[in-house]
Amino acid sequence: MSGFTAQFAVAFVVTVSLGLVSGSLGTVIGLVLAMSKSSPASRFKAAVTAYTTVVRGVPELLIILLIYFGGTIFASKVVGRYVEVNAFTAGVIALTVVFSGYATEVFRGAIAAVPAGQTEAAKSLGLNAWQRWAFVIGPLMLRLALPAYGNLWISLFKDTALVSIVGLTDIMRVAFVGAGSLRAPLTFYLAASALYLSLTTITLLSIQLAERRYPSFGQ
Amino acid sequence: MNFQLMLDAVVVLSSGVGLTLTLTALSLMAGFLLSVPLAFIRAFARPSLSLAVLGYTYVFRGTPMLVQLFLLYYGLSQIEAVRASVFWVILRDPFWCALLTFSLNSAAHTTEILCRGLQSVPKGLTEAAAALGLKRLQTARLVTFPIAFRISLPAYGNEVVGMIKGSSLASTVTLLEITGMARQMVSATFAPFEIFIVAGAIYLSLTSVAVKATQLLERRLSADRPPGTRQRLRPKPALCEP
Amino acid sequence: MRIPFAMAVLLAAFMSAFPVWAEGERALSIATEGASPPWDGTDANGELYGYDVDVGRELCRRINIKCSFVAQDWDGIIPALVVGKFDVIMSGMAITEKRKQSIAFSAPYAGGFNQFVVRKELGLDAGDTKQRVNLSTVGDKEKAAIDHARSALTGKAIGVLRSSNSEAVLKDLFGDVVTIRSYDSLDNLKLDLAAGRVDGGLADFFTWRDFLETPAGSIAVFFGPELKGGLWGPGVGAGMRKDDTELLAKFNAAIDAATKDGTLKALSIKWFKTDIAPAVAK
Repeated sequence: MSGFTAQFAVAFVVTVSLGLVSGSLGTVIGLVLAMSKSSPASRFKAAVTAYTTVVRGVPELLIILLIYFGGTIFASKVVGRYVEVNAFTAGVIALTVVFSGYATEVFRGAIAAVPAGQTEAAKSLGLNAWQRWAFVIGPLMLRLALPAYGNLWISLFKDTALVSIVGLTDIMRVAFVGAGSLRAPLTFYLAASALYLSLTTITLLSIQLAERRYPSFGQ
Repeated sequence: MNFQLMLDAVVVLSSGVGLTLTLTALSLMAGFLLSVPLAFIRAFARPSLSLAVLGYTYVFRGTPMLVQLFLLYYGLSQIEAVRASVFWVILRDPFWCALLTFSLNSAAHTTEILCRGLQSVPKGLTEAAAALGLKRLQTARLVTFPIAFRISLPAYGNEVVGMIKGSSLASTVTLLEITGMARQMVSATFAPFEIFIVAGAIYLSLTSVAVKATQLLERRLSADRPPGTRQRLRPKPALCEP
Repeated sequence: MRIPFAMAVLLAAFMSAFPVWAEGERALSIATEGASPPWDGTDANGELYGYDVDVGRELCRRINIKCSFVAQDWDGIIPALVVGKFDVIMSGMAITEKRKQSIAFSAPYAGGFNQFVVRKELGLDAGDTKQRVNLSTVGDKEKAAIDHARSALTGKAIGVLRSSNSEAVLKDLFGDVVTIRSYDSLDNLKLDLAAGRVDGGLADFFTWRDFLETPAGSIAVFFGPELKGGLWGPGVGAGMRKDDTELLAKFNAAIDAATKDGTLKALSIKWFKTDIAPAVAK
């Protein structure tokens, strides 16, 4: 069993890095898409809506399977030579896509919730569009989005377990192999649950910390 | 891109839609029934009781459903006492194991959603009901809960969509719903790309119907407010999980 | 500004810790399931072991190429080979016509056969479990054995590995009388067999034999004849992409040499306690 403890430790790092990379990329993409959808003069609104609808309407497991098997073919065709899309890369792409789909909606809702008076005041002060976004709307929007945004991170860390199905050696995978070969599913899946719960708890505490430092209205 | 194969896939995968819908509908119903009393406990009962329920929802919302499924399916079957008990008749079947997992998971999420809704009901309404002579249970049934449900509808709509997607995990315990049929077909034809795209399209149509239905329901239940007016921002309820 | 900077550093650290982005020298990558000992298994340290792994290392040594092993779930192993995730499959995979449509096979490096196991408590009459039935040449005796198996197994739930030949044979010969349950790994099938969720299973004989000797597996017994041939083809071979003709030729030469000098026989006895290496050609 001691061999598996070491494996769980490595797998924990894999899970955390998968989550951090996907979440960061997904946040950036979500911000960009949300801002583009909120600007009045955007030609891409329909495309963005289609993207978020598809991504939020298809099971994450299926997206992971698609990108794992289809990704190599697709990427190789695009780049022109063989491109390796292993389980980690496929996981990052899939989870980034999923995260960004939900993040776009969260940020869009938060942008819409910023009182119109703020934007008007900023305009009347002579700030141009970029300055309005960076100094007025942006900070307010981020604070409003914080609870829902934090939830996205919790869902993300839970979704990383699905990447085990395409073979990534993450927490779930180690539990799966150990449960099968040592015939002890209870032990291994309880251990996996504990590890995931600790991740969730760390994330929750981080969100609460952030909410205290960047409070929203009426608090 | 083998279009003939995709057409075949549509026919084959559709045979899994029945199981997907059954799992989803039953889990949502069971989860909802379980969550109503739990939500009231979370929102209004003594802190010790509320914390006990919080323990349950925290664990089920904080761990992946895949782990919960394998724990209930493989983990419980490992225990001699479980196999000898009367529950084994149910737990033996992968369908009931999956249903149990999905229901417990859905109940945990719905409890927190309804809790938030219950806490958002303006205190004035419950006070008015009491002033009118309604007993506590009547107030809860006729006033608090309907309003709480209406407030929770967007979040619950997300839960419905989430359960449709979550049902795909049943394929990992040999059940042949949409994803299970897709993986079986992929293993026979070695054509993952086309088949998974068709599967995704089928799920998309199911979730779109669910989203539209939720929106319709929201509109019908919000008859007193003209469309387009936004609720004024209120401070977060202090107790329930966001 | 501190937080984004910290995140960037974290990102860089994690990304550099993973060789996924690095352009390394590509050794030969061999995939195996890692869940069907003694063909291939995974030990407590996550290392792959088994007949397939030993033979693979031996063949690579003869071809003089560096090779590494990766684990891949059975039902995705052929699609993953085709899209290029690894170069060779050595996982107790039988050479069949259907698979030959998608990939190329080396010459067989082992024989092997499947057999049913059923839970002892069912009290089924196992028939002659030493009888050998080659599904490619079914005579009266073979047909009698199959019919006996069919009638005994009617209404039972039988587990198989998803996407395996066992699944195909089960569907073909027994699909109308048994309930087929397809598992993602044999380990999970064994768990459910021990728990009583399935009444029996069909898989490789050697995989079962090791399992039956464990306490968990003692609740099961062999049932029916030893099955080979038919959909299982001429034996177990190494799978490669169709356009890797050079690699295929090298593997075939190495397998031939290893058969002739008895290396494969020795490895077979080590893992299976029986010689199922290919016969030396006359």
